[in-house]
Amino acid sequence: MSGALENVGSIWDLLTSPILRTVALGSGLLGAVSGALGCFALLRRQSLVGDAVSHAALPGIALAFLLTGTKSSFGLVLGAALAGWVAMVFVLAIVRTTRLDENTALGIVLATFFGFGLVLLTFIQRLPNANQAGLDTYLFGQAATMLHEDVLLLGAGGALLLGLVVMFWKEFKLVSFDREFAATVGYPVQRIELLLTLLLVAAIVLGLRTVGVVLMSAMIVAPAAAARQWTHHTGMMVLLGAIFGCAAGVAGAVASSVVPHLPTGPTIVLVATSWAIVSLFVGAKRGILWQWLRLRMLQKRLAEEAILVGLYELAQVHGGERHGHTEGALRALSPNLLRVRRRLRELEQRELVEETSRGAWALTAKGQSQAQQIVEKAQEKR
Amino acid sequence: MRHDRAGDSPLAEDVLAVEVSDLTVAYHTKPVLWDVDVTVPQGVLMAIVGPNGAGKTTLLKAILGLVPIAAGQVLIFGRPLPEMRHLVSYVPQRGSVDWDYPTTVLDVVLMGLYRRVGWIRRPGHAEREKAMEALHLVGMADFAKRQISQLSGGQQQRVFLARALVQDAKLFFMDEPFQGVDATTERAIIQILQRLRSEKKTVVVVHHDLQTVPEYFDWVTLINVRRIACGPVREVFTEQNLRAAYGGRMAFFIEQREEGC
Repeated sequence: MSGALENVGSIWDLLTSPILRTVALGSGLLGAVSGALGCFALLRRQSLVGDAVSHAALPGIALAFLLTGTKSSFGLVLGAALAGWVAMVFVLAIVRTTRLDENTALGIVLATFFGFGLVLLTFIQRLPNANQAGLDTYLFGQAATMLHEDVLLLGAGGALLLGLVVMFWKEFKLVSFDREFAATVGYPVQRIELLLTLLLVAAIVLGLRTVGVVLMSAMIVAPAAAARQWTHHTGMMVLLGAIFGCAAGVAGAVASSVVPHLPTGPTIVLVATSWAIVSLFVGAKRGILWQWLRLRMLQKRLAEEAILVGLYELAQVHGGERHGHTEGALRALSPNLLRVRRRLRELEQRELVEETSRGAWALTAKGQSQAQQIVEKAQEKR
Repeated sequence: MRHDRAGDSPLAEDVLAVEVSDLTVAYHTKPVLWDVDVTVPQGVLMAIVGPNGAGKTTLLKAILGLVPIAAGQVLIFGRPLPEMRHLVSYVPQRGSVDWDYPTTVLDVVLMGLYRRVGWIRRPGHAEREKAMEALHLVGMADFAKRQISQLSGGQQQRVFLARALVQDAKLFFMDEPFQGVDATTERAIIQILQRLRSEKKTVVVVHHDLQTVPEYFDWVTLINVRRIACGPVREVFTEQNLRAAYGGRMAFFIEQREEGC
């Protein structure tokens, strides 16, 4: 009893500890920024760019360390940003000068840069210098060692990026939707796209230390993909992307501090992607579940109408209104009809059809008038 | 900012709305348009016709500065396009955008006013009203709040038309507006075209239905990589020119026209 209480007490201590507060704040900020900017990457069908940039950042980090010996996050982040930028320039150059398409170019650049980064990292680890330890945390990220200084960098950088998104909101939206139209009204489309890509690169680089180069692209794609499922408005989508990303960041930080040996970065990514999968199924606007249910309801309604009209037509051809017809006759009329008996029972409950004798069905007066309406509507449309 | 631009002084009535000279456009090394001359006087409805792959859309895009020009010159109301952009409006093929984009009909129409609103500022009440007016004109006012992903092809086309109308342009370029639309939309587009003509606006339309050219348009350009003919429909929309543009593929249409006569 007292052991459990002690446990709760120690978890409470953990949750209120300044270390967790720093880590949670930093992770939340990173999630919010990458979630918001990821939305534009998703809308412009450029999700793979996030992948390429984050992987390409690795050699930048290694080179920044090799050339300057710095281990401050600012210096390394600068190296990562430069490498990410060079990678994007390479992609553009490949697309322009060869016949390879953008996806292929992204794949080539991603693999080359990442491979080069791993080589450099291995080289650094063999250096007889005690100072190099910890650089490999950039592979999978290490949020737990986040410092006050890192949070400040994330906060300032994130505020700048989100501020720019708000400032150029109209332009970003227009260029993402219809870049040719934007060009015809006189917008410098290429420069706007460049700025948008720059912001994306910056958001990725900011998150590298927490989440790592391998998983950072998930923070760009997952919150945005989840947000898309819940709304049909660009503004709401970007807001939700930021909220989902932030929530994933905080949740991942808390979870990894409560559960021993749970790495923060991968946990954040797991939370974000799990939410994206849940959203894919139950998202209010586009959830697969709702689409499936709507389809089922439509199929059911169409089947009911087909039965009503079928009985109506059979009655007109022979037997008169009160003469019953079998399921077989209905199936012969519309061979694709499924679950005829069940549909008939449901219609019977709504007093639209009745069983005149065993296995034979006819329309009631109410069913008669409804069938007539359906037939008339169909004729009108024609 | 606007008032010192060349286009704000009243336009001379005799200046050509569009003057394309010696235009050549190539993708990689294959020419798509070869040494094309097109002149469009003010106030006409002009159709650009030609077989598939003749360069109709490319001609439109080259005039609008959307594809690089290998050689030649384009003048809009006698000046280079960048100076006259505010007088030009473009209705792209509706298939050119992702209609699954999360936004509303009204938002798309408002995009036509972004440039006028300027950087940083947001469209306000006046812009909204203007956009609604344009939606009324194309019969889409009831759809203002609708998600664009829920529109039919014809409705999408009318939204694009409304976005062009809010720009208060003098010269309109439309790429296949009649492609795959319903009867209501076709009527709406024709009404808009006639309205623009009565307002002395100039409209250039990439068109694929030869049957309706004499009915809808008063000016026509026939192209097939090279320009075949350009002028009033009555003078240049002839069997000879059509044969020159379409080659053997024309037989069916010409027979039909003769039966109709």
